[in-house]
Amino acid sequence: MSKANGAARPRTIIEKVWDNHVVADREGAPTLIYIDLHLVHEVTSPQAFSGLRERGLKVRRPELTVATTDHSIPTHDRSLPILDRIAAAQIDQLEKNCRDFGIKLFGPHSENQGIVHIIGPEQGFTQPGMTVVCGDSHTATHGAFGALAFGIGTSQVEHVLATQCLLQRKSQTYEVRVEGDLKNGVGAKDIILNLISRIGIGGGTGCVFEYCGSTIRSLSMEERMTICNMSIEAGARAGLVAPDEKTYEYLKGRPYAPKGAEWEKALSLWRQLPTDDGATFDKSITIDASSLEPMITFGTNPGMGISITAPVPDPATLSDPLERDSLAKALRYMDLPSGKPLLGHPVNVVFIGSCTNSRISDLRAAAGILKGRKVSPGVRVMVVPGSHIVKEQAQAEGLDRIFKDAGAEWREAGCSMCIAMNGDQLQPGEYSVSTSNRNFEGRQGKGGRTFLASPLTAAATAVTGVVTDVRTLL
Amino acid sequence: MEKFTKFTSRIAPLPIDNVDTDQIIPARFLKTISKVGLGDQLFCDWRYDEQGNPKPEFILNKPEGKAAQILLAGDNFGCGSSREHAPWALTQYGFRAVISTSFADIFRGNAVKNSVVPVEVPRDAQERLFKAVAENPEVTVTVDLAQQKLILPDGSAVEFPIDEFSKHCLLEGVDELGYILQQEDAIAAYEAKRPLTINALA
Ligand code: SF4
Repeated sequence: MSKANGAARPRTIIEKVWDNHVVADREGAPTLIYIDLHLVHEVTSPQAFSGLRERGLKVRRPELTVATTDHSIPTHDRSLPILDRIAAAQIDQLEKNCRDFGIKLFGPHSENQGIVHIIGPEQGFTQPGMTVVCGDSHTATHGAFGALAFGIGTSQVEHVLATQCLLQRKSQTYEVRVEGDLKNGVGAKDIILNLISRIGIGGGTGCVFEYCGSTIRSLSMEERMTICNMSIEAGARAGLVAPDEKTYEYLKGRPYAPKGAEWEKALSLWRQLPTDDGATFDKSITIDASSLEPMITFGTNPGMGISITAPVPDPATLSDPLERDSLAKALRYMDLPSGKPLLGHPVNVVFIGSCTNSRISDLRAAAGILKGRKVSPGVRVMVVPGSHIVKEQAQAEGLDRIFKDAGAEWREAGCSMCIAMNGDQLQPGEYSVSTSNRNFEGRQGKGGRTFLASPLTAAATAVTGVVTDVRTLL
Repeated sequence: MEKFTKFTSRIAPLPIDNVDTDQIIPARFLKTISKVGLGDQLFCDWRYDEQGNPKPEFILNKPEGKAAQILLAGDNFGCGSSREHAPWALTQYGFRAVISTSFADIFRGNAVKNSVVPVEVPRDAQERLFKAVAENPEVTVTVDLAQQKLILPDGSAVEFPIDEFSKHCLLEGVDELGYILQQEDAIAAYEAKRPLTINALA
């Protein structure tokens, strides 16, 4: 506890983690903070390694650094060569960089390969109270463990590789309280899409969220990861959940989690992390979980979300001219009328995957809907597990059979059509329901149109071929 | 990094809110392992048609857009992915500043490390500028970072915020990594007392 003026000031978990990582606080510069875990992938790291070579620097703490190949890696049969020469060169470059600098790499053929934000928790690298960074904006995922986890640019990747430190300004604290029981068919993805639709995609700019309240406590670790994952979609660099027994239970026994006496020591430190009674936040919002319905986005940013039964908003109702134009532009791109719900809108593709929703519980949820049913003719359904381990687990449970019997594609782990860098992509004009996190213009392929939703909604849509309220199939 | 000096330029207006980094530089161009060569792909999907021909109505394809070193955008510029390819593409195209009412956090941090100044102005100044450039595409503004002022076409000045450290780095051409490396003692002292750690190499 900090004892400024002799009295312990109640602090939020966000402040505690920050205070624990201050290396130096010099006049006229941001705070220098220490980074406990640095995750690296092929897309945002090559220029950082080049920078190290140019300066003749080493990686300061290779044992705190973990790399994987996920963004540009194909999700077809891994025994086949990578046809995209530029993507192959980028992956080769990461392999070389990891060799040269002594970094652990979960490469294309590793048993543990997967999306960077899936494998961190899966391997037990991600732990409560840590600072975690990655050259990737969805690093906030790791906040589900009570870590302060955020995305950085490539210059900062170089800073962390070289010094294990970052210059950072303290963020504001933003309490996101979710209370009440979720209705059947409504889950973590719907909570976060609802939050973003309320506060907007810039609503959390300059802030770190703490998700709290009875609903958050009732969620599993995987569901908490889904929520924290999309913090950046509301503009917050990080979002976290205080650790509790579920967190410890999830972590215990994972390959890189502390063991024996170390575990006991870690546990006693982790138990001090939750926000103190009486601590205050700069901002706060409360969401009544019992009022939520399945959510879906209709536009070209994740804030353009509605309840699945609600009509697409009408630009004419907006008074601000720029906002009106932006909504009109989004609806033009999506080629959608306003005033009608999306229900019944045909789709070409359903994508179940990404660091938001590709963990085993997501696949189980989707399989629950697809079991004994068939994918609607003409709809391409891609199921892309988040990691090789998730894939194996799903196969052990027979989920792959359910997907394949239904007529869905069962693929290798990676980012896939979330970012459409690896050949998995929409064609111009196509519509998808996707469990990923971004619906920006062209995000899933040039000219493609994305509706973001939960794995349940995606699976229901796969069955009918049109945007569907999953509650009609439960 | 080169020192950032006061400059005057025409403005390329992009009156769109929430311009995300997938628009600034689409993901399919991120397979590069180099920092250069991204200027031609800046705003690629808004700038070129299916055949790769410039769309005449897009601002960067108009004479006034081509001549500008300043981009004037709607709210919340640079949201979305953390890709530093966004400021790389902007500088390589020739932009030295972006004017908006707000910037996404990661973009702001990436921009200042690449000599792109995020000029955050109040809504009314942004509106006045959009109006001025609509009336006369040749109007110019001046970005004076040392004074933290944007001089509008009518000669009036609008102050903009920037943190002291970024300003210093931009004006003096200081690189952050060099600054952090100088703090070796503090880093070593911190490392000596870390209570928990992991070992990925185990
Ligand atoms: S799955 Fe999508 S959002 Fe997640 S790390 Fe990969 S590209 Fe980024």
